[in-house]
Amino acid sequence: MVNSLHERPPTAAVGEAAIHESAALHVTGQALYTDDLGVRWQNLLHAWPCQVPQTHARVTRLDTAPALRVPGVVRVLSAADVPGENDSGVKHDEPLFPDEIMFHGQAVCWVLAETQEAARLGAEAILVECEPLPSILTLKEAIAAGSFQGSASTLRRGDVALGFTNTRHVFEGEFEFGGQEHFYLETNAALAQVDESGQVFIQSSTQHPTETQEITAHVLGLPSSHVTVQCLRMGGGFGGKEMQPHGYAAVAALGAVLTGRPVRVRLNRTQDLTLTGKRHPFHAVWKVGFGAGGKLTALQATLTSDGGWSLDLSEPVLARALCHIDNAYSIPHVEVLGRVAKTNKTSQTAFRGFGGPQGMLVIEDILGRCAPLLGLEAHELRRRNFYQPHDATPYGQPVRHAERLGQLWDTLKQTSDFEARRAEIQAFNASQRHKKRGLAITPVKFGISFNFTSYNQAGALVHVYKDGSVLINHGGTEMGQGLHTKMIQVAATALGVPMACVRLAPTRTDKVPNTSATAASSGADLNGGAIKDACDQIGRRLAEVAAGSLVSRSVKVGSLGIHPDDVRFQGGRVFPVGHPELGMDFREVVHDAYHLRTPLWAAGYYRTPGLHWDRVAMQGEPFKYFAYGASVSEVEVCGFTGASILRRVDILHDVGDSLSPLIDLGQIEGGFVQGAGWLTLEDLRWDVSEGPGRGRLATQSASTYKLPSFSEMPEVFNVAFLEGAAETGVVYGSKAVGEPPFMLAMSVREALREACAAFGAGGQAQILASPATPEAVYWALEEARAAARAAGTQDGAGPRAQ
Amino acid sequence: MMEQFTLSVNGQRRPLGQVSPQTNLLGWLRSQGLTGSKEGCAEGECGACAVLVACPELGAGGERQTRWEALNSCLTPVLALAGREIMTAEGLGTPEQLHPVQREMATRGGSQCGYCTPGFVVSMAAEYYRPDRSGGEHGVPNGFDLHALSGNLCRCTGYRPIQDAAYALERPAPGDPLAQRCTLPTAPAAEHQFSLPEGAFYQPPELRPALEFLAAHPAAKVVAGNTDWGVEVNIRHARTPVTLSIGEVQELKELRWHPERVEIGAGLTLSQIERGLGGRVPLLAQLFPQFASRLIRNAATLGGNLGTASPIGDSPPALLALNAALKLVSVRGEREVPLRDYFTGYRQTARQPDELIRSVVIPLPLATHTAFHKIAKRRFDDISSVAVAFALDIDGGVVRRARIGLGGVAATPLRALKTEAALEGQPWTESTVQAAAAVLATEGTPLDDHRASARYRAAMLGQALLRFWEEQW
Repeated sequence: MVNSLHERPPTAAVGEAAIHESAALHVTGQALYTDDLGVRWQNLLHAWPCQVPQTHARVTRLDTAPALRVPGVVRVLSAADVPGENDSGVKHDEPLFPDEIMFHGQAVCWVLAETQEAARLGAEAILVECEPLPSILTLKEAIAAGSFQGSASTLRRGDVALGFTNTRHVFEGEFEFGGQEHFYLETNAALAQVDESGQVFIQSSTQHPTETQEITAHVLGLPSSHVTVQCLRMGGGFGGKEMQPHGYAAVAALGAVLTGRPVRVRLNRTQDLTLTGKRHPFHAVWKVGFGAGGKLTALQATLTSDGGWSLDLSEPVLARALCHIDNAYSIPHVEVLGRVAKTNKTSQTAFRGFGGPQGMLVIEDILGRCAPLLGLEAHELRRRNFYQPHDATPYGQPVRHAERLGQLWDTLKQTSDFEARRAEIQAFNASQRHKKRGLAITPVKFGISFNFTSYNQAGALVHVYKDGSVLINHGGTEMGQGLHTKMIQVAATALGVPMACVRLAPTRTDKVPNTSATAASSGADLNGGAIKDACDQIGRRLAEVAAGSLVSRSVKVGSLGIHPDDVRFQGGRVFPVGHPELGMDFREVVHDAYHLRTPLWAAGYYRTPGLHWDRVAMQGEPFKYFAYGASVSEVEVCGFTGASILRRVDILHDVGDSLSPLIDLGQIEGGFVQGAGWLTLEDLRWDVSEGPGRGRLATQSASTYKLPSFSEMPEVFNVAFLEGAAETGVVYGSKAVGEPPFMLAMSVREALREACAAFGAGGQAQILASPATPEAVYWALEEARAAARAAGTQDGAGPRAQ
Repeated sequence: MMEQFTLSVNGQRRPLGQVSPQTNLLGWLRSQGLTGSKEGCAEGECGACAVLVACPELGAGGERQTRWEALNSCLTPVLALAGREIMTAEGLGTPEQLHPVQREMATRGGSQCGYCTPGFVVSMAAEYYRPDRSGGEHGVPNGFDLHALSGNLCRCTGYRPIQDAAYALERPAPGDPLAQRCTLPTAPAAEHQFSLPEGAFYQPPELRPALEFLAAHPAAKVVAGNTDWGVEVNIRHARTPVTLSIGEVQELKELRWHPERVEIGAGLTLSQIERGLGGRVPLLAQLFPQFASRLIRNAATLGGNLGTASPIGDSPPALLALNAALKLVSVRGEREVPLRDYFTGYRQTARQPDELIRSVVIPLPLATHTAFHKIAKRRFDDISSVAVAFALDIDGGVVRRARIGLGGVAATPLRALKTEAALEGQPWTESTVQAAAAVLATEGTPLDDHRASARYRAAMLGQALLRFWEEQW
């Protein structure tokens, strides 16, 4: 048996380029999602929210009687129906049925009916009278009004005053940037029933079944043991189903308990966009010092995130933003204040990167803006400030494997032909008046583990049946990231059986309790550790049995028999070390083990060792390790419109020793494109006018909120994994991969900045709004052109193309 | 009564059962337990609901054949398909026996969460079976046109593995049942008339009964591809007591070349027009790939795009620049209205309630220099913030005639008449262009909205002619 967490047996299922465990179901339309189950249920009721088109208002009258007169309406759920607590959050600030409308379109009650159409008509018939209250929408309004929520935090190291005094260059700036809609293709959905045993059984599209269970239980006034939540799979999550699903599950469960019938809640896209939280927009003001050679000396900043109407995950998101404002750079003196604004918008929440992208965007924007003022190329400025071995972050965590940053960077510059292409682009730009290209390279250093230390634990349940087949269950959820595929590979490796012998059952709170959210990229690290633990327990028992069985079958290795430690499990065979030819089938060992009365199942458990975090002091070692990566992007920008093309992307990323290369490649590419969407295309707009539509989300559909389509795919897309990067201390030497690649997309934005600057004369801080939509890029390059005109240099320089 | 109507799904005839005029094909399929088709957006933007529909097609020798067209089932009224034949991802293959498209998607990492996947599989299958797909076309060995996937959104993969899957496809194997089906005819739809508690739905196969019905029900909602009204029904919950579905009216599906004009049937889908014109109207050839997505173009018609009279529709600026006219027809007779006189206000037109748009007439010869500029956030499948179409006759270095159509800068699509005047009779030079560009920047009355600021829209007008000049130079 291999007993260390990270070591791999010589041949293993981990590391194989396995395809997604559900791929054949996906492509044939046979993979089931929560709302696909509804048509299989008899007697189903459909729920529809009564959304109030007010941005901030006190509800003075709620008359649900007209809804009950609509044919087909069965019941209206409102605050008076709640047997437990009328709250769907973890901070006790999210009433499920509110008496004060806190954002435009908040649901005040829900209608249950025989058909969805009847439920909708019922919701339309409800009379809601409100007394409008003043609203706060934008970050600037919130800052001016002092509208904050939760606790502010300060990340501090050294003395920034000193850092600014003894330095050559001090720059200041301000930067406000947009959020992002998750736009998982599957909207939020829940189905609830009171089952044959009297328990409340909920099918929910949730990344956090345990919390969905807990919140439903407290709404119903039941102990958690009376509520079971199952998540088959999600049609995408991206953080948007970490906390948002709870309320919808609770509505379905409440309806099921009160009517005795199964209840379906399925948000349509408009409802999902108008009701659920998004990535936090941020505002930053900053002051930065650079010393000789462009070395960062001090950073002082205030980050204000737009938390929306309630707190949900805003505090930990902010903490992660503060912990990533350094990205890959060593900054001696740091003082960064973070605070959460309270606004009358949806409650902004977890989204891939969880504040990390926002913190990182601030420093990358600073470096991109300041490089020309320092007379340095941006890539050179970045490289000069990298963490070195033995450095620590501003929150006191040693930067393990800091040398990988430089390795990645230098290798990627070489493989992407960076220097030669820079020269080509300079020549291209000199010859073109109306289009310019930009090339940029940016790094990523991303801390892996939940900042909230308690979440860094996981459980698993592994059964081996008498016929040698294996059923695994763990606390993580599948949202497309390939977690279940990796977990099958881990179990197959740990038990030494082919992957086809291992079946994975859907995630359920009655199989593995008290699970953590599948979030923070930690799904495979945590659940993989737990599955391996369970499999190793079984494996040790089987090894004892096998040692005896082999001897009893007259397999002789030496004269003393076989020590259990020398039994090997591989490819469904069990044999003495060094003698695969002398083995027996796994199923024979299992058969023998059963008859020798050996337990063939085990509960596995894993807790990430070595973590500690003081969230008040913002000091400690919150992360098990860092994931590193770098990317090079080349863009071409049209000077007439600001439209751009992503010509080529090269990525080198550290996934440790990959558990599943095809899955990891998908995470890197998909994360990158989603990040590029956030930075260049996806544009959430609220009506911030004083008119009657104030507070309404203007981009509440797929036709107005644009996510990347085929046209945004890089024309050339090269992705490689960092070689020889096994991560000791993580299951089979792998690394988390869900979030870090999202931030690789910063190079797209920086390449756009370079291209915009090329329309001017250079030497200026090139400002670029975020998202860098064609319009934003147009204004940025116009600014560059205007500055060049003002300076008397030629418009955009260069002769007309021939 | 509904029991007599059936729909063939994956080779099996199913009675329509309980449906209403609002019931879309997606909802109906899912109610049948066929939950492979998904609702991602309910407005034809994401393609998660795509299905294949067997459509009549004329072969090279005029023989009656079939073409598999991919459609957004969320926008298709199930009643419009009564009697037809469709395939979903479930019908293409099974986990044990994957269709070649499914195999490539599965093995190359083309699915992650899997929710968009059935729709991608369907769009990809339609292109796989495209009869004229030939090697080398679209710059790839298997001739796969990626625009076939422009109406499908994936939030997980970043698209590269899906592209790899598309480019790995070969020709359908001999004996492939769906390919064989293409060699057989598909019967034109029969007349359908449904009177249901939720409303009446009439789908005639010929013009005459359509016009008579409209004369009797002038308030009827007229739909063809239903790509606009379907959004109203799904998203804004609009309902109508009477629907006239003219998607099967044969007289509206003719495309004819005359010496001095080309006449395009208002009921042809944009994909059919694209194929029928074969690039012979370059301005439209430039427009079509930018017009929504393949899934929409397979259903949407010019009649619909002009009938809704949206100020941000994509065809009006191009047709204005082409100096097109509309043939309007009713039981009272036929008349021709120049397109520039057709738009009378925000979503208001010169069409009378009993009239249908029969065809769009484009005069020939075409202008010598044309271009279509669409300004939008996303390159594929987005709605214009500004659209500008140019059609200039330049002869001997002089602009003889200029027609410029604009979208997104006023309550209606409009002609840039002042700019045209600034160009006509002038030498085609940079100084003429710069002077006229300054005029163009002042045309229309652009507004601020979530797509773009008024300032950007005005700037884009100002840049459009400069860009046109640069491109033509």
